[in-house]
Amino acid sequence: MPRGVVVIDRERCKGCGLCISACPQKVLAFSGERNRGGYDVACVVRPEACVGCGFCAMTCPDVAIEVYRERPEAGGDGSG
Amino acid sequence: MSASVEGLVKVFERPKSLTDAKFTYCPGCHHGIITRIIAQTIDELGIAERTVGIAPVGCSVFAYLWYRCDALQVAHGRASAVATGVKRANPELVVFSYQGDGDFASIGTAESIHAANRGENITVIFVNNQVYGMTGGEMAPTSLVGQVTTTTPEGRNPAGFGYPIRFSEIIAQLDAPVYVTRQAVYDTRRIMDTEKAVKKAFRLQVEGRGYSLVEILATCPTNWHMAPGAANRHVADVVTEVFPLGDLVDRG
Amino acid sequence: MSDRKLGGMAVAERQLLRGNEVIAEAAIRAGCECYFAYPITPQAELLEHMAANMERLGRTFVQAESEVAAISMVYGAAAVGVRVMTSSSSPGISLKQEGISYLAGSNLPAVIVNVVRGGPGLGNIAPSQCDYFQATKGGGHGDYHMIVLAPSTVPEAGELTMLAFDLADRYLTPVMILADGMLGQMMEPVELPEAVDTSSLPPKEWATTGAKGRDPNIVLSFDLDPQVLKAMNLVLQEKYRRIEAAEVRYETMEIDDAEIVIAAYGTIARIAKTVVKQARAEGLKVGLFRPITVWPFPYEPLRAIATRAESVLTVEMSAGQMLEDVRLAVAERADTPFYGELGGVVPTPRAILSEVRKHVG
Repeated sequence: MPRGVVVIDRERCKGCGLCISACPQKVLAFSGERNRGGYDVACVVRPEACVGCGFCAMTCPDVAIEVYRERPEAGGDGSG
Repeated sequence: MSASVEGLVKVFERPKSLTDAKFTYCPGCHHGIITRIIAQTIDELGIAERTVGIAPVGCSVFAYLWYRCDALQVAHGRASAVATGVKRANPELVVFSYQGDGDFASIGTAESIHAANRGENITVIFVNNQVYGMTGGEMAPTSLVGQVTTTTPEGRNPAGFGYPIRFSEIIAQLDAPVYVTRQAVYDTRRIMDTEKAVKKAFRLQVEGRGYSLVEILATCPTNWHMAPGAANRHVADVVTEVFPLGDLVDRG
Repeated sequence: MSDRKLGGMAVAERQLLRGNEVIAEAAIRAGCECYFAYPITPQAELLEHMAANMERLGRTFVQAESEVAAISMVYGAAAVGVRVMTSSSSPGISLKQEGISYLAGSNLPAVIVNVVRGGPGLGNIAPSQCDYFQATKGGGHGDYHMIVLAPSTVPEAGELTMLAFDLADRYLTPVMILADGMLGQMMEPVELPEAVDTSSLPPKEWATTGAKGRDPNIVLSFDLDPQVLKAMNLVLQEKYRRIEAAEVRYETMEIDDAEIVIAAYGTIARIAKTVVKQARAEGLKVGLFRPITVWPFPYEPLRAIATRAESVLTVEMSAGQMLEDVRLAVAERADTPFYGELGGVVPTPRAILSEVRKHVG
């Protein structure tokens, strides 16, 4: 499986939790930390499990998440 | 940011057609997902420089703040008629109206039907969350039987207040529309389907094919008094029973 | 006889034409690109002339589903920067009030024609002047005004329609042609004006034409922050002061030594001209003051005239609407009697002259 990285914009996050539910790999959770808006922001708790599927970013209603994925090996299809 | 992204490919970022403004929507509100999908569509079709968005009255009154496009904020219910005026004045523009269930299906009933019936070459995005959000949670024409709202505190009683109105079905009966579909964004699969539907609707306008309507079932966690995840499940399990998903008209 | 295939010709020509048709044809010659309207008596001929000619000229005609939809279509086309018009009559103009407020609040140019009929409610289809308050005091919500032009003859209806488009563009504001059912229906010989070359008009940099090579243009009349909305309102107020300073129009007849001044506008002013002639023939010193802009109302000129006169007799087809502006202008300088007719009844010259005689000496 390719390795993925998600980057969450803390100040855009409204702590709705949809990304946490959308993630098939349980990568995300509430951090317990509040941003300036008073929201409990989501954060990465299992980075090693992230495959860069992008489901979290697609569902984020505040478009607060960027997703990166490992470039597939030359000749491979990247599905690991 | 704790991990390095060096050497990685960015596979998802904020669409270029979105401004940097923070959405004013409630946590978990589907307006944000739908807005992102529209902006992404504008990027993919390369039409930002000729797109004009029509913002309604309701929670999405601020829609003109979200896109790097020309936009109008218009009177409640009238977005489909204003879109008609914009498109007729300059058919080169790509015109979309973005309306909630009060704007599109209550006060705007006549304008919504007649823009469709004339086959105006516009794209209408109809966000149906079965409640009036901005004004504090009143009944919408699409509210479910038994749904508790501020104007139906005992639950919507059809004897006095009628039944939820399936507006896409009404529009689908007209001869002119080329694409009428009902979608949702409560999970990743539905989000992907909605992305395809919205892109198809805009593409049909760009090709000059005629009128498209994309109804999107959405949540209102605040006025449904549900957490965002539970609200999503409510759409999946309950709302889709009343408002079936799928294409009603596809002449594309 | 009315040849409907007139639109778009560049040469001035003399024709026997109905008021409604002249307004429509003048709009076409002013470069009206889009026309949206709903049928209502007594302005049907205006709608029909546009239907017969706009598409033929490559422009836009839409019969909207209601007057509400029509004014909303006007809003859209105005935002794109094209010249646009709608027309209706009293109850339909009531339906347009929210849209007019939006046009004014959003600084959009547009022309709205009201061929006034008897009211209130369904009323009737006879001529009236009972919409003066609605037109000039703001029938819609908020602190705004429209420029309101009141033609008195069929040729003037055409001239003022062309002027309306210019004023709308110049001040970015809706402009109303306040006509009435008699003016709309009567026929007079008219020399049609030359068509405007719209390509020579200045571009509208604010219009929503697509954000190519510039920041997006947003057309709106809204801000949650009261200080910002106050600033937006001050823009409107400053605009209205400029209009008041520059665009007042009125006409006088036999005014210099007049002891009794008839104040009237529109069709009634035309009838009053006959009354002035008849009165003068009897040796009565009667004159006429005719506002052409009922907003901005010619307060100062009327004030000056009132200092020399004994009475200013307002004659209207209403219960006394322009009367209030006359009394504001005249105050204590002269008497301000009133003669009105209601329900679409049109006063005769004899009836008005009889009223004038009551105030002689």
